[in-house]
Amino acid sequence: MNLFLLSWKYIKDKPLNTFLNVLLMGLGIAIILVLMILNSQLEENLAKNKRGIDLVVGAKGSPLQLILANVYHIDFPTGNIKLDEAKALTRNRQVKSAIPLALGDNYQGFRIVGTNHDYVKLYEGSLASGGLWKYNLECTIGTNVAMQLGLKIGDEFFGAHGLSDTDLDHDEASYKIVGILEPSNSALDNLILTNIESIWQVHDHSAEEGEEEADHDHDNEPVLGSAYETGLPEGGPEDEITSMLIQYRSAMGAVTMPRMINSNTNMQAASPAFETQRLFSLMGIGVNMIKSFAYIIIVIAGLSIFISLYNALKDRKYDLAIMRSLGASKTKLFVHVIFEGIIITTIGGALGFVLGHGLVEFLTGLYEKSEAIGISGMVLVKGEFYVLLISVGVGVLASILPAFNAYRTDISKVLAQE
Amino acid sequence: MITIENLNFGYSEKRILTVPHMEIKEKQHLMILGKSGSGKTTLLHILGGLLKPVEGKVIIDETNLYQLSGSEMDKYRGQNIGLVFQKAHLVSALTVKDNLLLAQYFSGIPQDKARIKEVLETLNLGEKLNSKVRQLSQGEQQRVTIARALLNKPRVILADEPTASLDDDNANSVIQLLKEQAESNNASLIIATHDQRVKDAFDLQLNLNEQ
Repeated sequence: MNLFLLSWKYIKDKPLNTFLNVLLMGLGIAIILVLMILNSQLEENLAKNKRGIDLVVGAKGSPLQLILANVYHIDFPTGNIKLDEAKALTRNRQVKSAIPLALGDNYQGFRIVGTNHDYVKLYEGSLASGGLWKYNLECTIGTNVAMQLGLKIGDEFFGAHGLSDTDLDHDEASYKIVGILEPSNSALDNLILTNIESIWQVHDHSAEEGEEEADHDHDNEPVLGSAYETGLPEGGPEDEITSMLIQYRSAMGAVTMPRMINSNTNMQAASPAFETQRLFSLMGIGVNMIKSFAYIIIVIAGLSIFISLYNALKDRKYDLAIMRSLGASKTKLFVHVIFEGIIITTIGGALGFVLGHGLVEFLTGLYEKSEAIGISGMVLVKGEFYVLLISVGVGVLASILPAFNAYRTDISKVLAQE
Repeated sequence: MITIENLNFGYSEKRILTVPHMEIKEKQHLMILGKSGSGKTTLLHILGGLLKPVEGKVIIDETNLYQLSGSEMDKYRGQNIGLVFQKAHLVSALTVKDNLLLAQYFSGIPQDKARIKEVLETLNLGEKLNSKVRQLSQGEQQRVTIARALLNKPRVILADEPTASLDDDNANSVIQLLKEQAESNNASLIIATHDQRVKDAFDLQLNLNEQ
């Protein structure tokens, strides 16, 4: 027998009461953990994907949409910009590097992105097998694309117009897979990368099908992309791209470039850092509300534990007096009651830990996009330890007054009241 | 063995009782007699180190009880004084064995399950070792409290109205049991009672009604 065991046996003696208190505590902790797990992974992934991109230049529209579409590949693009205008911009002295992107097609829900090899370097992507694309209509696919669609090198497929998998196929020109990337936990994992000219070619076909029918033999010969490694492709005055990801040469760029682009050109410039921060502050309101709700549940759990301990100790004052008469010191009774609070909230905290992680894992299983955003329930996030400390703290707080009452038990008085 | 000197006590300022001097020698037992409200429980609590008297000394085996510090007193009480109450106060969340283990744990002596078995067997409770307290009859519960009081081989056993809720036969057998057990453990037995049926069990008597 020891104090811990004694407290535990009292808890076991009231299973329903204990169950309710543990459940309340567990729910509160679980909600907080779910929010923390989602928030931290989302933040981490957003930060990872915007690394190295100072500015995104695209068509006018919502700046947040521009960022979501071109950096995170979750929203629709705002439109296209002229290739010539984009080229003019790259000659600006403040621009250190510019990666062009051409969006608009998908295969089975995975976006086909026309770009150059700099884009792979930006995310430090490496090849798992095969090579990067060089010729038009060659493509290199991300690891999730390969895994989920069961694609391998040499496979061919037709892209579909639009960014969701219900649209019509471009059944004139097929892409050929030449390489598969290693997982990089970035946007690359869910993309199909190719030359910008491939995108143009697929689209031109639908427009010029009639007149170019004679040239069909031509298309079967592979054409080397004009800028597959770096820079912007050659192209006519009519050609368009979706956006450019720009890195500044110096901090001065941040001061002058966005203003210059937004007021002097038909294009729009948006900063990923600024827009994601704005997004988080918008989301933060909702997150904070749910968080407050969770803290309220925890306070109620604490209160419920306090009330049940307080009431139980009224019935148990004889027990306490007997323990004193058997030689227990005042301090021992104090600790005994504190233990009871701590044991309940610690079990609650552990339940919350399991529930929280389990819930995230369960939800990610239900929602297929979650893997694309890179969210899993099987990771420990920073600060989780402190939440579990909170549960111990609530136990101490809830039991401190009852424990103090136990400490003050007047043995003689209680025993005389028979 | 137990010496009371110049003891003043009471539960209100109006009614203060005095015991100028009293000595209980080794193997002697004392019967404290008095109506309810006469202060016998209070006196018993003072002898058991549960309540500090207004004035005076209680010396058990050369230990001056009220010169001990709070936790020393708790420990001393746990090891040297066995208490039996009118109602069987046991921890109902626990089994009989755990109730007895509690007495060993709180008094700071090593937890000894063999000793627990031995004591329970002398009181015919051997089979109840793992029963929950709630499953026992009143009489069995009373015997468990006696077992608990004897467990640590105390020097003094204090019993407060141990027979009040028992019928004639049981009242006498409980007194006999307490006496036997006290003698086999070399302890002094002090019983506070107003029960006329058992008042003549011991020669040494202190009658609080006369004050």
